[in-house]
Amino acid sequence: MTLENDHVCFKVNGKQYSVNEDKNTPLLFVLREYLGLSATRFGCGEGTCGACTVIINDEAILSCDVPVGEIEGKSVETAEGLQREPNNPLFRAFIKHQAGQCGYCLSGILMASNALLRKDPFVSRAKIAKALDGNLCRCGAHKRILDAIEEAAKTVLDNT
Amino acid sequence: MIPPSPLSSSPLLGHWVKLSEKNTLVFFSGRVELGQGNTTALVMMIADELDVLPSSIHLETARTDLTPNEGITAGSMSITIGGVALRWVASALKYQILEIASKQLKTQPSNLYVQSGYIYQKGKKTELYLSDTFDKIDFNRKIIDDVRLKSFEERQKSFPNINRIDLESRLVDAPFIQDITFDGMLYGAPVHPPSTYHHLVKINLANLKGRPGVVKIVKNGSFLGIIATSFYHARNAAIWARSNGIWKSTLTDPIDHLKKLKCSDNELDTVIDSKDLRKNSGRWFETSVSRPFIYHGSIGPAAAVAKFEDEEILIYSHSQGVFQLRQAIANVLQKKEDQICIIHKPNSGCYGHNGADDAAFDAVLMAKSVPGKFLKVIWSRFDEFHSSPMGAAMVTKSRALLSSDKRVIAFDVEVNSTPHTTRPNSKIPNLRAASYLSKPVVSVRTPDVPLERGGGADRNASPSYDIDNLRVRKRIVYDTPYRTSALRSLGAYCNVIANETLFDKIAKELNVDPIKFRLDHVSDPRSREILERLADETLSDTSNTIDDGTGWGLGFARYKGSGGYCGVMIKVNIDETVQVTDAISVSDVGEAISKDGVKNQVEGGIIQSISWTLKESVPVDGFSATAESWSDYPILKFSEIPNLRTILINRPTEKPLGAGEISQGPTGAAIVNAINNAIGVQVTELPITRDAIIAKLHSAT
Repeated sequence: MTLENDHVCFKVNGKQYSVNEDKNTPLLFVLREYLGLSATRFGCGEGTCGACTVIINDEAILSCDVPVGEIEGKSVETAEGLQREPNNPLFRAFIKHQAGQCGYCLSGILMASNALLRKDPFVSRAKIAKALDGNLCRCGAHKRILDAIEEAAKTVLDNT
Repeated sequence: MIPPSPLSSSPLLGHWVKLSEKNTLVFFSGRVELGQGNTTALVMMIADELDVLPSSIHLETARTDLTPNEGITAGSMSITIGGVALRWVASALKYQILEIASKQLKTQPSNLYVQSGYIYQKGKKTELYLSDTFDKIDFNRKIIDDVRLKSFEERQKSFPNINRIDLESRLVDAPFIQDITFDGMLYGAPVHPPSTYHHLVKINLANLKGRPGVVKIVKNGSFLGIIATSFYHARNAAIWARSNGIWKSTLTDPIDHLKKLKCSDNELDTVIDSKDLRKNSGRWFETSVSRPFIYHGSIGPAAAVAKFEDEEILIYSHSQGVFQLRQAIANVLQKKEDQICIIHKPNSGCYGHNGADDAAFDAVLMAKSVPGKFLKVIWSRFDEFHSSPMGAAMVTKSRALLSSDKRVIAFDVEVNSTPHTTRPNSKIPNLRAASYLSKPVVSVRTPDVPLERGGGADRNASPSYDIDNLRVRKRIVYDTPYRTSALRSLGAYCNVIANETLFDKIAKELNVDPIKFRLDHVSDPRSREILERLADETLSDTSNTIDDGTGWGLGFARYKGSGGYCGVMIKVNIDETVQVTDAISVSDVGEAISKDGVKNQVEGGIIQSISWTLKESVPVDGFSATAESWSDYPILKFSEIPNLRTILINRPTEKPLGAGEISQGPTGAAIVNAINNAIGVQVTELPITRDAIIAKLHSAT
């Protein structure tokens, strides 16, 4: 079977998708509205809050800022992917530290920190904090979130 | 024992518990989970009283068709009132269960108890499951007739702390109101006028209708709603409409709200006047603290889902008061309340009265034109910053009288504020769009919260010390173009800053240690313990106070004078920027149900308050708020978070008190005091930006 040219093909959490939408539609809306993957949150839609952060080819990216046409052939990871990984060090550390209150910002922070630890598991607390400056948290759970990521980084190191 | 207030309107067991078809019990609470973790604590309280595991409790919250009406979930009363009510419910339920079991086992109820889902008799498990008794429970019995609350000692045997029951789904699943979907659902985007003084003059509806994905346009007076096949399309069409429509303000000159706050013509309303201040002599000290408008700043914008069918309306909303919202919508649409059902669904934190209720009404206005269809509204960030109520702007002037023996013997506080509580209710709709419909329903002035209910603008205007001679006056300034309503802790934040910085000012002048000075003015042992613990915790560091722009500062208050106690010590470092480097807090909320939940609330309150105090101010132009995105309204970032040490004094024999609003005022005060200790200026016009400090230093020289 060949797909028409106006389809965009990409993977999300390892699963292949083919989407026939306006290629300018930001990935965020494609994920939430057409693929039913709602763990990626809509916060501002203009790249200023970080709630929609996903991982594309190992990079943390704001999904509201990427037209779906640009991800042809790429591999996207969203927070849903972690549902199948209950032993994921980050996920476990967030639960252990009860790192969150309303939790709206958390899936974006999970993805941002996931990408960060993959690149550099030796990352310092200060660098984790700096890397998350684009992710807004209004409840003030920042300390717990940093505690969780720091601990997850140690777990990742211990396991490698 | 006086029954908790919700039991007067919902006295029967069946108001709070129902038997499901699967022979399980479903509990009901009128309290709303706002992300603060209250449902976890409520579940813990039920499970504890019933002697079952928290994981076995099914709790449904805040729906007009099922749960008791417990009013607005606000003011840190979820546990104190809502949780204690559920304890009574669980206790009455257990009494019936043991009574039923005793008949089956032919023994006295007093010989029986519950453990791990079984009925036990004299240390031995019987053959009866708890659930074997459920079909005989009489749900029409009055709770107060059966209640036998556990003693404190019995409670001590309870299970340890548990994790938040809803955190996992919030991390990796889709539990939010934005995530609700139904087959054939449509999407609505409102286009609100820039302020409630504006009206829509012109918009090309045909062009708007022709935008991609647009199904229908709803125009009702100055309210414009766009219905589309997707949120993306609705949102894009709304952006187009905003830049192509023309709105005009009925205001011709800008209003300087700060000037109005500082010298309004409105009379001051005296709320406390214990003695005649003039009878005392001594030296007066005074301060004036102002706070700007502050956004609630929910990360997830306001949202709602609504459906109109056969004159009945179903609404999903993240309102803090689903019953009050129902009254307001019924009032505006001239419906009967029982024609409207509102079900609460979580959104991101609201921190007070944000756009939740307004978005629900927007959804109803649009759903009305597509009967039988579910319609979801999600506000844009622009809507959040322009259309939702903001936290009130305030100016608090405090004066303290120092006697010749160096005691503060009188306090005189004048609070000036825009309104703190313009929530929807049965008489006053307070729904944004209602005021500019073609048949507008204008909301009259909503009175401030009376002091006996914790106060609004005047909350914590009385300092938390032994000062008998007290006067508190307040002035609510209504006539500004801005819509303001409840933001976490209401007036307490500004008032605690005023009173606590005044205390520091006097202590500094007298060259007395600020903790000692406060201890000299408070006899209440719980307050004293907070202050003494803070002194111990910071002793090693405070001994070398001022060096190179660093300093510690203290803030302390008992929230509302009757709620939780919180003392905060803040260390600042001032160079290129103002940075809070350390925050040590000691809190006492009586019996802490979820200890980690309490700490999480205190920490969150501290961080949010640092953000308010150092960074936040809604930009306004005299006609409306002007922020369009987060870049116009920076909040505290991860790299700006201090080291936090959060100490909780648990008092299991004392009444449980809320924790969500105890730390904001003390934190703000501690920051102002710390800055004063670091560089010798008291900056009292918030926020305390670098520029504000430089301006203050210049004016001091």
